[in-house]
Amino acid sequence: MARALSLRRRSLTAVVGWAVGLLLFFPILWMVITSFKTELEAFSTPPRFLFFDWTVENFGIVQQRSDYLKFAGNSIVLSLGSTLLGLAFAIPTAWAMAFAPARRTKDVLLWMLSTKMMPPVGALIPVYLLFKDSGLLDSRVGLIGVEFLLNLPIIVWMLFTYFKEIPADILEAARMDGATLWREIVYVLTPMAVPGIASTVLLNVILAWNEAFWTLNLTTTDAAPLTVFIASYSSPEGLFWAKLSAASTMAIAPILVLGWFSQRQLVRGLTFGAVK
Amino acid sequence: MATRHASALARTAIAPSALVLFLWMIVPLGMTIYFSLLHYSLLDPGNESFIGFLNYRYFLTDPAFFTALFNTLKLLGAVLALTVVGGILLALLLDQPFFGRGIVRLMVIAPFFVMPTVSALIWKNLLMHPVSGLFAWLAKSVGLRPIDWFAEAPLAAISLIVAWQWLPFAALILLTALQSLDQEQKEAAEMDGAPPISYFFHIVLPHLGRAITVVILIETIFLLNVFAEIRVTTGGGPGLQTTNIPFLVYAQALLQFDVGGASAGGIVAVILANIVAFFLVRMIGRNLEA
Repeated sequence: MARALSLRRRSLTAVVGWAVGLLLFFPILWMVITSFKTELEAFSTPPRFLFFDWTVENFGIVQQRSDYLKFAGNSIVLSLGSTLLGLAFAIPTAWAMAFAPARRTKDVLLWMLSTKMMPPVGALIPVYLLFKDSGLLDSRVGLIGVEFLLNLPIIVWMLFTYFKEIPADILEAARMDGATLWREIVYVLTPMAVPGIASTVLLNVILAWNEAFWTLNLTTTDAAPLTVFIASYSSPEGLFWAKLSAASTMAIAPILVLGWFSQRQLVRGLTFGAVK
Repeated sequence: MATRHASALARTAIAPSALVLFLWMIVPLGMTIYFSLLHYSLLDPGNESFIGFLNYRYFLTDPAFFTALFNTLKLLGAVLALTVVGGILLALLLDQPFFGRGIVRLMVIAPFFVMPTVSALIWKNLLMHPVSGLFAWLAKSVGLRPIDWFAEAPLAAISLIVAWQWLPFAALILLTALQSLDQEQKEAAEMDGAPPISYFFHIVLPHLGRAITVVILIETIFLLNVFAEIRVTTGGGPGLQTTNIPFLVYAQALLQFDVGGASAGGIVAVILANIVAFFLVRMIGRNLEA
C-alpha cells in the first residue's frame, strides 16, 4: 500500500517536474524552433509547433546580412582574453592568500569583492570619456581591460576557495626540498589546482560572454561582441522573427552548452562561497 | 626567516591584483565625483565650471529621479518576490527524486546562460508581441483580449523577463542549501508523521534562511543595475515608465550629453548600492571565519 502510494507520488512528481521544466525552458525551445521557420510561418497564427517546412536559410541570411562570425569572434576574444588575463593576475594573488595568509588577507579579499558591488553607472561616464580621448572606444584591447577588471574579483575569490582545499603539507614538503616559489606554483600547486582553475575559467567565460552593460556602451562595430549584435535586432525591419531567432540561437548556443557543464561550480562562484 | 621571506613574496603576489582593482575603483569614482560638482556638458565644451552641489539638487528634485527610483524599487521588489518564492518551490521540486530529474534540472537552469539582450528580444517579439506573440494567441484561444505588454504594462513585462533570467540562480542556490539539510532530520520528521506543511515551515524554511538572504542580497546588487533589457526593449519608455536609475544616468550622459548631471546620478546610484553591499560583505566575512 505504502509502496503503491509512493510510486503514485513519484510519477506525479515526475509529471509536475517535467511540466515546470518545459515551461521554463519553453522560451528557448520556441526560439530554436522559430529559427528554422520561414518569416511567414514565424508570423503566422495559429503558431505551428512542429509541422512546418523546416529550413536553415535564416542562419545563412543572418551571417550574410550582419556578419555573425565577426561578432562571435569578438565574443571569443573578449571572454577568453579577459579571463586569461584575469588568471595571470589572480593565480599568484589567490596562492598567496590561501597559503601565506597575513593579518590583513581577509580584509583585502573582502575589499576586492566589494569592488564588484559598485554599480557600473558610477564609472560609466569617466570610463567612456577616457576611452573616447585615448581612442579605446570600440577597441578589443579596451574591452578586454574592462571585462578583466569586472571579473578579477570573482576569479581571485573562486581560486582562493579552491586553493584553500589543497593540503598545505604538500607545499611544505616541496618547500623543504628547496623548491622556489615559482617552481612551487608551476609544478606542485598548479597541477593540483587544475580542476578548480578549469571551473573558474568556465564560469568567467560565461559571465564575460553575457556581459551587456559595458559592451553595449563602449562598442559599436569593430570590437562589438554578440550582445551588441543581438541588440542591433531591436529595431525591426519588416518580418524578422525567424532571423532574430536564428541570430539569438547562434549567440547563446555555445555558452549554453558550457553553462550546462559548469552548473556544479555555479553556486560556488556566484555566492562567493556564502552557500556551499 | 623563511616566513618573512614568504610573506614578502606573498605581498608581491597580491600587489598587482590589488593595485589594478584599486585604480579601477578609485579613478572612475573620483572622476565621477569631480564631474558631479561641475557644470559639464558635451554640448557646451570648454565651459566647465565648478557649481558645487547644484547637479545633485537638480537631479534629486527632478521628478524623473523619483519616477526612476520607484521604477528601480518596483522592478527589484517584483523580481525578488517572483524568484525567491518560485525558487523555493523549484528547489523543493528538484530535491525530490523523479524520472529524468537531471534533464529537468538542465532545462531549469538554462535561462541563466542566455545573454540579456537575447532574452529581452525573444520575450518581446516571440512571446509578448500583441499580434503574433504566443501569449496573444493563447489569450485569444481562451477568449481573452491579448495584452499589449510593452504598451499597457511595460514595467511588469520587464520584471517578468528579468525574473525568468534570475529564477534559475535562486533555485540552484536554494537547492544546494536544501540538499545540506540533515537526512536523518528529514527521516525523523517523516517517521513522526509531521504533516508536510508544518515540516516545511518549522524545519525547511528556517534551514533555508541564510541561503534566502544570500539570494536576496546578491540579486539586489545585480537588479539595481538592470540595463540591457530596458535598452533593447523599451528604451526607458513609454514616457518614463520603464526608466530606472541606471537607464536615467545613461540617458542623461550619452543621450543628453549632460556629464555633470549624470555623474551626480551615478554617485546617487553608488550610495544606494553601497547600503546593500555593506550587509553582503559583512555576511560573507562572517562566513569566512566559520
